[in-house]
Amino acid sequence: MFDIYKILKLQGKQYIPDVALPVLPALFRGRPVISTLECKDCSDCVEECPTEAIQQKNGKISLDLGKCVFCGDCQKICPSQKIQFTNDYKTASNSRKALVIQEGEDKAIQLDPELIRKEIASFFGGSLKLRQVSAGGDNADEYELNACSNVNFDMGRFGIDWVASPRHADGIVITGPITENMAEPLQICYDAVPNPKIVILAGTHAISGGIFAGSKALDRTFLTKYKVDLFVPGSPVHPLTFLNGVLELIKHRQTK
Amino acid sequence: MKWLETKNNGAFAIEEIPVMAYEEFYDLTVELINTNESCHCVNYFVLSEEEGLLHFVIVIADDSDGILYVFSHKSHKNMSLRSITKEVFALHVFEREIYEKYGLDFEEHPWLKPVRYSYDRANRTHKISNYPFFKINGEDLHQVGVGPIHAGVIEPGHFRFICNGERVLHLEIQLGFQHRGVEQLFKEKKKLNHKLVLAENIAGDSVVAHTLPFVMNLESLSDFEAPRDLVYARTIALELERIAIHIGDLSAQCTDIAYQLGSSVFGALRTPAINYFQFWCGNRFARTLIRPFHQPYPLTDELIKRLLAFLEEFEKKFTPMVEETFGLPSVLSRFERTGHVIKEQMHKVGAVGIPARITGMKRDIRHTHPTMAYKEFLYNPYLMQSGDVYAHAYMRVQEIYRGFSIIRRVLDKLSAIGNQTSSARPKYESYPLKANYMAINLVEGWRGETCHITCTDAEGEINFNKVKDPSMHNWMALALGVRNQEISDFPICNKSFDQSYCGFDL
Repeated sequence: MFDIYKILKLQGKQYIPDVALPVLPALFRGRPVISTLECKDCSDCVEECPTEAIQQKNGKISLDLGKCVFCGDCQKICPSQKIQFTNDYKTASNSRKALVIQEGEDKAIQLDPELIRKEIASFFGGSLKLRQVSAGGDNADEYELNACSNVNFDMGRFGIDWVASPRHADGIVITGPITENMAEPLQICYDAVPNPKIVILAGTHAISGGIFAGSKALDRTFLTKYKVDLFVPGSPVHPLTFLNGVLELIKHRQTK
Repeated sequence: MKWLETKNNGAFAIEEIPVMAYEEFYDLTVELINTNESCHCVNYFVLSEEEGLLHFVIVIADDSDGILYVFSHKSHKNMSLRSITKEVFALHVFEREIYEKYGLDFEEHPWLKPVRYSYDRANRTHKISNYPFFKINGEDLHQVGVGPIHAGVIEPGHFRFICNGERVLHLEIQLGFQHRGVEQLFKEKKKLNHKLVLAENIAGDSVVAHTLPFVMNLESLSDFEAPRDLVYARTIALELERIAIHIGDLSAQCTDIAYQLGSSVFGALRTPAINYFQFWCGNRFARTLIRPFHQPYPLTDELIKRLLAFLEEFEKKFTPMVEETFGLPSVLSRFERTGHVIKEQMHKVGAVGIPARITGMKRDIRHTHPTMAYKEFLYNPYLMQSGDVYAHAYMRVQEIYRGFSIIRRVLDKLSAIGNQTSSARPKYESYPLKANYMAINLVEGWRGETCHITCTDAEGEINFNKVKDPSMHNWMALALGVRNQEISDFPICNKSFDQSYCGFDL
């Protein structure tokens, strides 16, 4: 008995009181900033990018976080150091466009309140039960989503939980590039979730296919049929990115 | 010489691989594996296809002297071949893989079914929704189907049980839901940098274990000898990944027997382990940490200090929890004799990693085919005999302790020589790869023997990378482990084996 108390005392407080506040190490690659420094037009970053996340148009560079695998190579090879990743982990948005970082932009990525469906706050503001579907996910995103409910991030305290059946769920969280072999099970799962329901894409692979984009083994037609309520970039998603995104979606934090 | 002899991390011209008639190939394979307990099949695959003529290559590892045997045969895909599986069961999955992709018939194969429904399979009328499950008829028996989507936040796969009441008579595991076309993408992606990111995404829980063999193949193909400090840092990364995943699995094993304290404490301990990677390279799963020809994130003095502090703090919290868990009768009664496998079975299915070592098999690449820092000291793997869930859990504890001591030992070596490798990314083109070559590398990841076989074409471009996750061997071990168990014990058995879905499906 005393041993158990000792263990608990040794562990101390584990939870993060406010998930919007932690500061991640400087090396963590979150929201990038693209400076307006002169581009040397070498287009190395465009060519080296493994997922075609970087575009060069009219001498301006943009970076799509929905495609980025956060390898950071563009930052390393750019001769004029135009691209710098910051440790800002709040990169989730409900607008696909908001994930495309433009040159000279240095502002927090936010949710577009206009795009949040009205029923989301009224139905899910206090409690959100989610069903996770891994459709070609590589188990890193899944590990991080599991971590959201561990003793550190503890999303249960906000009323957010993973559930075992789609019939108990308010929405689905998809990881992975959506393989052809998972297309049908994903559809069946979605259909089994009662209305109203939300769709969250967790991780770069889910948002754009990531490094697997263009593979013939994928079938992403599911995404053409339904509105996506939240895009959470990352390779894998950081639990703090996921939690802050979901909380903003259901709590209307931006209206305060 | 009947075969080509090489060692782990070896490279050789593809034309050096002896080609023999199928009958001879058959006899040699059977003789090697069935008469030497130390030999097992690392991989058996089709290297290339030329107008329907397939070049089959087998790699057999001899654990007693660290030698890899490579030999091959050429057969037309319209032929039917006598299945080797009848005599060497461990080849069942490799023959099935070849059958699925090329439509080649293996006569008398006991289980010739698709393995992963790859998109480029020979017969597209085979659908994943219509898998030919094994059936037993009888009034006393019933079937239970689970998946592909599971109750928790994990990857998909389908499990079909045939039960007598609560007792499992047979489990068949159907995979393929995660198939993303990885091996084809290795061909299609032209830039090396893109292939590296692909290697990191084969299995997210084994980033280091899958990137290392690919990177070391690149280095052996270009005659680049990695400096010692780079080798040490990679060894530390591999051991750290082992610690991070094993501690998470211990937590999950406690969850599956409803032991809340163990679940929470081991789960909390996982956080500092993966956060260390975040300090080191900016990613909690060590992505971008392993790169060829340079050291993108050198272990600075500050990082070393932090690593030592992490190890000390971790050990202080880990040991009392281990003592508590493994001294608790309610835990032991759920762990002991559950999901039990024996050495004969594991040898037969060609098991690697923990499932092999908990039945007393000394199969650990760090010991039998050492590379990296393991070459500099004799690593002696921890072995157990009981083969049950208890052994899986206790083995993880021991592997974590050994991980500590390896990291400390390697850190001493690193401190003695200091960092020398440049951290600047070189132009990968300045390291040309030898043309028409093959490189083989095996790494003992936390899950077991991970192997990449990388080949180049006449221009020295990588045109083939055969990936083998340890799960290729070990899923069958799980199916055997749950026989005659209560079906309610399946979750704890599955978590104990913890095989990879995406690593298998590719």
